[in-house]
Amino acid sequence: MKISYLVAAFATAILATDAACAQDLLIKGARVHTVSTAGTLENADVLVHAGRIAEVGTGLAAPAGASIIEANGRALTPGLFGGLTQIGIEEVSLEPSTVDAELELMAPAWQHHWRPEFDVTPAFNPRSSLVPVARIEGMTWTMLAPLSDRSLVAGQGAAVTLDGRFDAVLNGSESLFVNWGSAGDKGSGGSRAAQFMLFDQAIREVRQPETAGADALLLPEGRAALKTYLAGGRVVFRAERASDIRQVVHYAKRHGINPVIAGGSEAWLFAQELAAADVPVLLDVLDNLPGDFDRLGARLDNAALLHAAGVRIAFSYDDSHQARKNRQLAGNAVAHGLPWQAALAAITSNPADIFGMGNDRGRIEKGKAADLVLWSGDPLEVTTVADQVWIAGQPIEMRSRQTELRDRYLERLRSNSPR
Amino acid sequence: MKLARVTCIGMARSRWKLCLSAVCAAAATACAMQPQAVPGPAAPAAAPAPEPARLPYSSTYQAGQSGTPVLIRNATILTGTGTRLDGGDLLLENGRIAAIGSELTGPDGVAVIDANGRWVTPGLIDVHSHLGVYPSPSINAHSDGNEATDPVTAGVWAEHSLWPQDPGFEAALRGGVTTLQILPGSANLIGGRGVTVKNVWAPTYQAMKFPGAKQGLKMACGENPKRVYGGRQKAPSTRMGNVAGYRQAFADAQDYQEQWKEHEAKQAVFEAKIKPDATPPKPPRRDLRLETLAAAMQGDVLVHNHCYRADEMATMLDLAAEFGFRISAFHHGTEAYKLADRLAAEGVCGALWADWWGFKLEAYDGIQENIALVDYPDGGCAIVHSDSAEGIQRLNQEAAKAMTRGIRAGLDIPPERAIRWVTSNAARSLGIEVQTGTLEAGKMADVVIWNGNPFSVYALADQVYVDGVLRFDRAHPSAKPLSDFSL
Repeated sequence: MKISYLVAAFATAILATDAACAQDLLIKGARVHTVSTAGTLENADVLVHAGRIAEVGTGLAAPAGASIIEANGRALTPGLFGGLTQIGIEEVSLEPSTVDAELELMAPAWQHHWRPEFDVTPAFNPRSSLVPVARIEGMTWTMLAPLSDRSLVAGQGAAVTLDGRFDAVLNGSESLFVNWGSAGDKGSGGSRAAQFMLFDQAIREVRQPETAGADALLLPEGRAALKTYLAGGRVVFRAERASDIRQVVHYAKRHGINPVIAGGSEAWLFAQELAAADVPVLLDVLDNLPGDFDRLGARLDNAALLHAAGVRIAFSYDDSHQARKNRQLAGNAVAHGLPWQAALAAITSNPADIFGMGNDRGRIEKGKAADLVLWSGDPLEVTTVADQVWIAGQPIEMRSRQTELRDRYLERLRSNSPR
Repeated sequence: MKLARVTCIGMARSRWKLCLSAVCAAAATACAMQPQAVPGPAAPAAAPAPEPARLPYSSTYQAGQSGTPVLIRNATILTGTGTRLDGGDLLLENGRIAAIGSELTGPDGVAVIDANGRWVTPGLIDVHSHLGVYPSPSINAHSDGNEATDPVTAGVWAEHSLWPQDPGFEAALRGGVTTLQILPGSANLIGGRGVTVKNVWAPTYQAMKFPGAKQGLKMACGENPKRVYGGRQKAPSTRMGNVAGYRQAFADAQDYQEQWKEHEAKQAVFEAKIKPDATPPKPPRRDLRLETLAAAMQGDVLVHNHCYRADEMATMLDLAAEFGFRISAFHHGTEAYKLADRLAAEGVCGALWADWWGFKLEAYDGIQENIALVDYPDGGCAIVHSDSAEGIQRLNQEAAKAMTRGIRAGLDIPPERAIRWVTSNAARSLGIEVQTGTLEAGKMADVVIWNGNPFSVYALADQVYVDGVLRFDRAHPSAKPLSDFSL
């Protein structure tokens, strides 16, 4: 088995861009969490052809030459969402030469341009050490999110697959990222009220470029970029306080923006309205303390309350190195009242839907990308590990720099201290 | 016995000097019995006992002495000693664990808890927290954890920054944490003294302070001090600058120790009244910085060393050898697994995260098996620590992850072994293992009843007892938050 993975991984390296040539795969006898209307299927088979799910059922026959995996009742899920991260655009957080996630604007806030045209995706490095670390834990894709300290508008990001291919961006997932509330203070002269003022100005410059003048907020490239988002584009607003969430949702809707709330500590206070407006929320469900005055209402059952009200939720630990912790978030949401299936959806189908890829991935259904994870136990449990991960139907070599370090030192330790 | 020696620093008799002499060590032994009391003069039998004076800054925490005895029956008990009892009983009485076993009976009026299907562990202990010194909300006014004005600020005490209203304490209590060490941050080479507290709500830190527990001394290796001071064109700006900084500080403290020893010798001569008309010797000027370092060399303050890289840990072990102090635990130690044999051989604990890595270069080699590997050699002392207001709420999950990775790597780590990482091993590194950290008769009744196996993401603490007092009850939560801030 191990050897066949190695061979397959070698094949992946060569054929990653040519899924049509890939070997067929039949996973037999799994507990298949489809995260679709089909629900969870016991003792089911999943057939993969050309990187896509060809069939889900029982007693499926293996095509000639297919690789066959006996699941023996283990859980199979779609590949998990790693959250909003900087995987591949950040290597060592405190080493600026390894971080490409932020456009540093040197001018004071009232002088600098907004640069919504800043797009982090060309900086993505699929050979980053963070990629294998995340994917061997079942994280098969993540949303690259630009960061910003001094500007309200951080820039654009998109989803990437983590199988190591160079052309990793997943089409249709492009999003603009905006800080709001106290997180946007430095970019708005210290007042969150000015955030609306500045947005009004930017929108006016887009709609009436002739009024932009010498003191324009946007460059021509910025106007072009923002224009697409004012026509139903997806804008992720990082906002925590209930009043900010409410204001920003109304504002976005008024200007043709499709808002996503990230953070949302106090979103539960606004749950009915978020559900009615079909505004999704990305949550860190472990964020239950009043970390600042925007989050005085933070609570552990935020996810459960939002779900019960009908809000579409997804989870994001917002950490590149610890993207794998997103799974632990889901388990904790269950411990605090969220139904198990809803928690799995919050790290699979929901983020895929939220970022425009629900037709292509996030569920185990015929025709979807074959991003799959076979688990040693309950997929949301901290004592469970990923036994095998496939991306686009190809088995991932279950190795990272960390497993290499482990193997080197475990061997030394055992030979020094036999027990 | 040794645990109360640190309180001698504030004793009336040696109020402005260190406990350096044998005389004072004897006094220390005396105060170990009653750590908050200065031994008073012998009173006549009929007279009422004199009101004991309180040592400045000492604990005013009153452990629950009364209250209903509690008998927890038929639980899966992880004792913290490496043992698991299925269908076990635990009797709590007078704030202490009165008995552990099976088929126990309690005294009249005992409250019996049927814990069938539930698990019981010692109260969890976090050896690395900044609750209260970097509290929630994390705003400018609350930045009290790093006295980042000089690389050696050994004279500062974390407890003097501690805001007891931090809502994080109550959140940690809900996660089963009954004891925690609150440390200064890691901006400095030597950042000051840490404090060990019981996780009980109180309006003052003194009323939380773990009676008799030694203070910690926070030291930091590597990137943080050299970044903070190097960025100001000030020493240290390199790792070699770091080490020179520790060495000079301890060398100064040795000199200070000598001055006090000489003074005490002169004082002894004076007190012996060999020359009736002699004038008392003038004591050296008191230096809070050097006093702390001298206390560390005496073993009265326990060294807790933020240190990521294996090579730097080895340097710090040499530093400890040079100046004759012990390092109680390396904290963070993302490379501790590379030095696991040596740590075990030297009796130094590794207080570690389950899986943090990569946020800076010295954390780049962090692996998920770190804790399991540090635990592996004979004498290995692995601890799961949090350094996080979020992580402290789920130390059981962090231990579960570390256990899982160890098992996956082929090591034999049952829950009764892994629970030591958040209980008895942590107590050992804080020097409070005689009082808490295991469920053994006579120990503090610091106990958690979990609704199931605590090594599960779904596990929640049902009840948390601190010194036998029910401080959290999930079935009957208090209507109002404990923290004034959260009202």
